[in-house]
Amino acid sequence: MAQTGQLTHPSVRLPALSRVTLLRIAIITTVLVIWEAVAASGLLFRDVVPSLVVIAGAVVSVLSEPGFYWHLGVTAGEIGTGLVIGGLAGLVVGIVLGGSRFLSRAFEPYLYYLGPTPKIIFFPVMIMWFGVGSGSKIAMGTISCFFPIALSVAAGMRQIDDVLIRVGKSFRVSTWQMVTKIYLPAMRAPIVNGIRLGLGVAIIGTLLAETKLSNRGVGFLIINSYSTFNMPRMYALLIVVFVLSIGVNALVSRVGNLEAIKVR
Amino acid sequence: MTSAVRTLRRSVPVALGLATLIVAIALLELLIRIGWVNRFIVPLPSQILASFERVVVEEGIPERFLLTLREAFSAFVLLTVFGVGIGVLLHRVRILRLATETWVAAFASAPTVLMYPLFLVIFGRSANTIIMMGFVAGLAPVILKTVEGLAGTRRVLINVGKSFKLTPWQLYWKILFPAALPSIFVGIKLGMIFALINIVGVEFLINFGGLGQLINELAERYDLAGTYAAICFVILVSVLFFILTERLERWLRPAN
Repeated sequence: MAQTGQLTHPSVRLPALSRVTLLRIAIITTVLVIWEAVAASGLLFRDVVPSLVVIAGAVVSVLSEPGFYWHLGVTAGEIGTGLVIGGLAGLVVGIVLGGSRFLSRAFEPYLYYLGPTPKIIFFPVMIMWFGVGSGSKIAMGTISCFFPIALSVAAGMRQIDDVLIRVGKSFRVSTWQMVTKIYLPAMRAPIVNGIRLGLGVAIIGTLLAETKLSNRGVGFLIINSYSTFNMPRMYALLIVVFVLSIGVNALVSRVGNLEAIKVR
Repeated sequence: MTSAVRTLRRSVPVALGLATLIVAIALLELLIRIGWVNRFIVPLPSQILASFERVVVEEGIPERFLLTLREAFSAFVLLTVFGVGIGVLLHRVRILRLATETWVAAFASAPTVLMYPLFLVIFGRSANTIIMMGFVAGLAPVILKTVEGLAGTRRVLINVGKSFKLTPWQLYWKILFPAALPSIFVGIKLGMIFALINIVGVEFLINFGGLGQLINELAERYDLAGTYAAICFVILVSVLFFILTERLERWLRPAN
């Protein structure tokens, strides 16, 4: 699951780069022209494929609403809190499981098989435990991101060079020092990768929970525009959410890459 | 003797894992019974176990299971045809690959499942919405892994084919495709995992269809033990699915 979500750049840079750029522009233009033609032709329902001008207008109006930023802040707070709780729990569990072959054999299969189950089905239970407010959304974010982070950290622990661990042991460092001075720095890449994967699923878990039952947050705005059949606004909100989450994902993996370069 | 020791050594951790699970469940039962955990929030594990039969018989689990399976199968066909097809196209037309591969990768990291209200408008509240959500969610990994597999074919194999003067068509079917098959299978497996997560998730969210809807319905009826039992059932089904695909993958993959 790790590689597919990653933004991989084509490794070969051809002199034909400008041709690639031209092709990209051509593809985008074609898609936009077809879209606009369909919108103008009236072959499909007008509201399902609104004109690009209308969508662009909706994007501008969404971005210029002060209320939107409040909802965005609520969602970001929920995702952030979920990521912190789930991430720290995942880190601890990952270090414990990765550090011991015995414990890993005993408990890791459960994490491994629970990881790819649809987390949203836990939402009714989370509502009963944490209420209908932000609590249940944070809980959704937490259980979503816990699994990829724990598994990624556990796998990272096992990849640490034995020499580093032996150096630590020969200095008779304490367990805490072992974690902070050896394990964590040596696992930077898998940890960043785990956070990237975890952030992606935390965004999905939190926003889906908001669309199911909520009265604030970006997920609520999306489902609200569906209930009021305001299609341009829904397109605008989806575009904003997609751009933001792809951007955050690229940012996190870039941070990981920069650190990897420094280590070398 | 040594093999017996080895089996013992392997089964001890597994036994510990199982024992911990059982102890945790028993502890939960105890905590609820002495009133430390509210039984109107967490039902007794024994109650959940007892309601399994009721849920299976009364809520029509077999039909729901088949419905979800049918949706998953439709998504699988779409994924295989379009995912592998687009992958082959991107591999053949190099410039197209250079232009769009980053887009596909970015698409893979986008929260596509959030588009479900949009799909509701386009396809209506029907199985089509659910199938299309599964398809969209799983498409990117299939494309990426197909391209990766085809592009990763060893040069030697292609040269052998060329030295036999194979036509481009033969080269594709006899050399490139078989060489890429393990990678394509990984792609389809990943795609199906994403598709299944989204199929069950969207069933739950739009309250339509098979297993996902069952959880929503039981929760709205405030049938606590039933809700927990249904969640356990869905988890069991997905765990079984992963174990099966892993077995299948190991069986298909040439021993190396």
